[in-house]
Amino acid sequence: MTSEKQNILRRIREALTLPASAPGHNHHGSNEPIAHWLPQVGPGFEVQADLFAHNSVQLKSTFHLLEDEAAAAAKLAEIARANAWQRVASHGTPSTRAMVSALNLPTLWTDTGYDVREMEQCDAGITECDALVAQTGSVLVTGRSAGGRALSVLPPHHVVLARRDQLVADLPAAFGLLQRTYAEKYPSFISFITGPSRTGDIERILVLGAHGPKALTILCW
Amino acid sequence: MRITLFVPCFINTMYPQAATSMVTVLERLGHTVDFHPDLFCCGQPAFNAGYWDEARVVAGPVVEKLAADPADAIVIGSGSCGAMIKVFYRDLFANTPLAADAIAVGDRTWEFSDFLVTKLNLTDVGARFPAKVTFHDGCHGLRELKVKQQPRRLLAHVKDLELLEMRDSETCCGFGGTFSAKFPAISTAMGENKCATALETTAEYIVSNDSSCLMQIQGILDRQKKPLKTLHLAEVLARQ
Amino acid sequence: MASIFSKQFKSDSKRVAADLGHRSLIRNALTKYETSRDLHKAAFQDWQGARQAAAERKWEAINHLDKYLEEFASKLEARGTKVHWASTAAQARQIFLDILKEKGAHSIIKSKAMTAEEIHLNDALEKAGYSVVESDLGEYIVQLRNEPPYHIVFPAMHLTRGQISTLFTEKLGAAPTDNPEDLTMIARKVLRDKYITADVGITGANFAVAETGMVSITENEGNARLTAALPRTLITLLGIEKIVPNLSDLALFLPMLATAGAGQAITGYNSMYGGPRQPGETDGPEEYHVVLIDNGRTTLLADPEQRDALHCIRCGACLNVCPIYRNVGGHSYGTTYSGPIGSVITPHLRGLQDWKHLSQASSLCGACSEACPVKIDLHHHLLQNRRNAMALKPVWWEKLAFRAFGFLATSPALLNALIPLGRFAQKWFHWIVLGGPLDPARVWTETRDLPPIAPRTFNDIWREKSRTCGIQKHNAQ
Repeated sequence: MTSEKQNILRRIREALTLPASAPGHNHHGSNEPIAHWLPQVGPGFEVQADLFAHNSVQLKSTFHLLEDEAAAAAKLAEIARANAWQRVASHGTPSTRAMVSALNLPTLWTDTGYDVREMEQCDAGITECDALVAQTGSVLVTGRSAGGRALSVLPPHHVVLARRDQLVADLPAAFGLLQRTYAEKYPSFISFITGPSRTGDIERILVLGAHGPKALTILCW
Repeated sequence: MRITLFVPCFINTMYPQAATSMVTVLERLGHTVDFHPDLFCCGQPAFNAGYWDEARVVAGPVVEKLAADPADAIVIGSGSCGAMIKVFYRDLFANTPLAADAIAVGDRTWEFSDFLVTKLNLTDVGARFPAKVTFHDGCHGLRELKVKQQPRRLLAHVKDLELLEMRDSETCCGFGGTFSAKFPAISTAMGENKCATALETTAEYIVSNDSSCLMQIQGILDRQKKPLKTLHLAEVLARQ
Repeated sequence: MASIFSKQFKSDSKRVAADLGHRSLIRNALTKYETSRDLHKAAFQDWQGARQAAAERKWEAINHLDKYLEEFASKLEARGTKVHWASTAAQARQIFLDILKEKGAHSIIKSKAMTAEEIHLNDALEKAGYSVVESDLGEYIVQLRNEPPYHIVFPAMHLTRGQISTLFTEKLGAAPTDNPEDLTMIARKVLRDKYITADVGITGANFAVAETGMVSITENEGNARLTAALPRTLITLLGIEKIVPNLSDLALFLPMLATAGAGQAITGYNSMYGGPRQPGETDGPEEYHVVLIDNGRTTLLADPEQRDALHCIRCGACLNVCPIYRNVGGHSYGTTYSGPIGSVITPHLRGLQDWKHLSQASSLCGACSEACPVKIDLHHHLLQNRRNAMALKPVWWEKLAFRAFGFLATSPALLNALIPLGRFAQKWFHWIVLGGPLDPARVWTETRDLPPIAPRTFNDIWREKSRTCGIQKHNAQ
């Protein structure tokens, strides 16, 4: 019994018996690594943190570089007060359990499953991440590092808790990190989050908070 | 140098002054110029329309005659016809007895401004033209032949000439050969956009290295009764 | 004989090309894009080098497509994904209907997928009684208006805020507003509930990573993320050509897609999905289906001259720079894929003779090929489509006309005799019929003045010059 899969693969193989010339140089694979073409990123934490900060401003995300975990906890509490959060959602890691509990707010923990309608009532989703990418101002998360697929996109304010050593230079470095971290057992969800949710669909005018979070805050210590 | 001029059909019949200007400039520079009166067209119209057999009827004699021509260079005052000979003859004559000759002829052919600047290493041809001009980049010259800076460098050395760059100088004027006849509404809209950006510059002349573009642009300017005039680059360079 | 599609295109494009309001709206939208695109291109250390690298990666993917597709499918299946293969649009639609029936679906939320447009999926689902809600703001807007997307990246580019406000008032009972933020929030509020209650999510995909068995989805709004997070069943539809070999290739493709297509350094969300909820994961669909579709792509694959058109990453850059697209708009094309890429591939996907007119409606300016981040030779493919179409089915009077021109062009004596006649006719007769129905040059003279044949052609001038000056010639005559 021939399946459509076999039909399609057969047609592909037949088509490929005629060779098509490779573009330009006629050799397979560029010799240079991808980072060679992409925007330049300087070396070292200070330079890269500056770049991440600069990108955050452009993207309208808020980036706080803090001394230590205690300072980050204090900053989180300040944000909670300033935005009058009533309920929050998070996932259980040592840092989140400490910091989020300290807010003394009703909290939805996603680890053992949750009701999405309850998450919809939350003012903020607080997650960790896999990396911060200096080159683009992106936050790299997976379902494993950030409490699932919805926690970082459903609540209107996403707060990221990151460590200094999670800052990587560029996208190639971020993909390298994913490969080293997860080897063959990738989570089913990976995402590069670059700024709050946005749209330009109406007359190309930028509006934030189209469906995903209207605000993205990154606390890094 | 011994130069053979190839004069495209519409320059020959409608804008001969573009070709005579080229002769003037090249002779002023001390070169001898020859011309084949029986080579009328490069074959692009039929080629673009998809009729490659018919295009070969016209282009074949061009290849044969120019291949046998001992001139040092073949110069052509048109980006589109220049592209036909330099780029597309390769495709048109692939797998035919004229394949090698077509490539060889293409390699010896130069668009006029490219010839002056790149081959002859000249930017000052001793011209004077006291006027404000803007330059339209004909698409074939720009994208097939990489002609961009050459006309501008030549114009920069024309005495008393002021070059004003128009917005979207690289946007197509809408001629496109038979496209202008098959899709006149789209062609006209594109031409109107081009005229509008040219008029914004307050230049007195629009200059290009392609007479077919100039025909389209002048056709619309005249219909709109606008005083802006078109000139081929060679005409500007011939003035003293 | 012109196809019905060709006639429709001629009439639509004529109407839109004359619409000055449309002209200025599109110009404004695209000028903003151009400015930010140039900024981000310049930030690349080597944009041209990036294009070459991207072209090479896609060449590798497409020219070993069977190998990579099998790897892609098997990696997905290892994580519990159900991979389906559809040769035709009808088969793909049936696969969706079968899944929906099996799951007893009642509410479907969908994120943007041009491939779904291509197979007219929404239509088929609605006819079968399902309600499908488009979650991307631009798609949602055109869905409410009952029209197809205008542009592959900006579906509602052709609409003003006023038109959108009127639409929301009519269809949603919203209060009128001309504030884009307020309009967006209206849509956000309506769609919120749909995300939460939907039991099936449908997405497209921008890339299919063979090495790790993942689909990659690029967006700004977050609607695709929500579609892929909340419903219990998730289905992704994608063309077989979306393959990239390695996960790390995305480090190149994601910024190039964003820069060329949207004028952004990178879009807001770039997410990779490799399966349904895995053991230990807290959420995500219980079932994940990936539907791979051919629908004419293997036909294009079999044409080695134009195979690189399958390298397309659907960024929309060629649409953005095309002067024809800007003047006729996305809807005039009358088919899913518009702009230069649409003109190139539609003859292969839907029939050469029916769709060759799109390849003819071009001045071959080459701006598209210049803009393409994966260096597809777009404008030369338009030429090849023309050649292929005429080789199979020439238009008899055109062929005759070019034959006649060929005869004339190679007969100097005849030319020299006819040109004075032409001059005479132009001077004494043409002005009578000028621009009107009897004017043979009407296609030109309706909107443009025609230059006169010169009193002396260059041939005349050269002949006189040779006689009088005895100039030195290097060719024996």
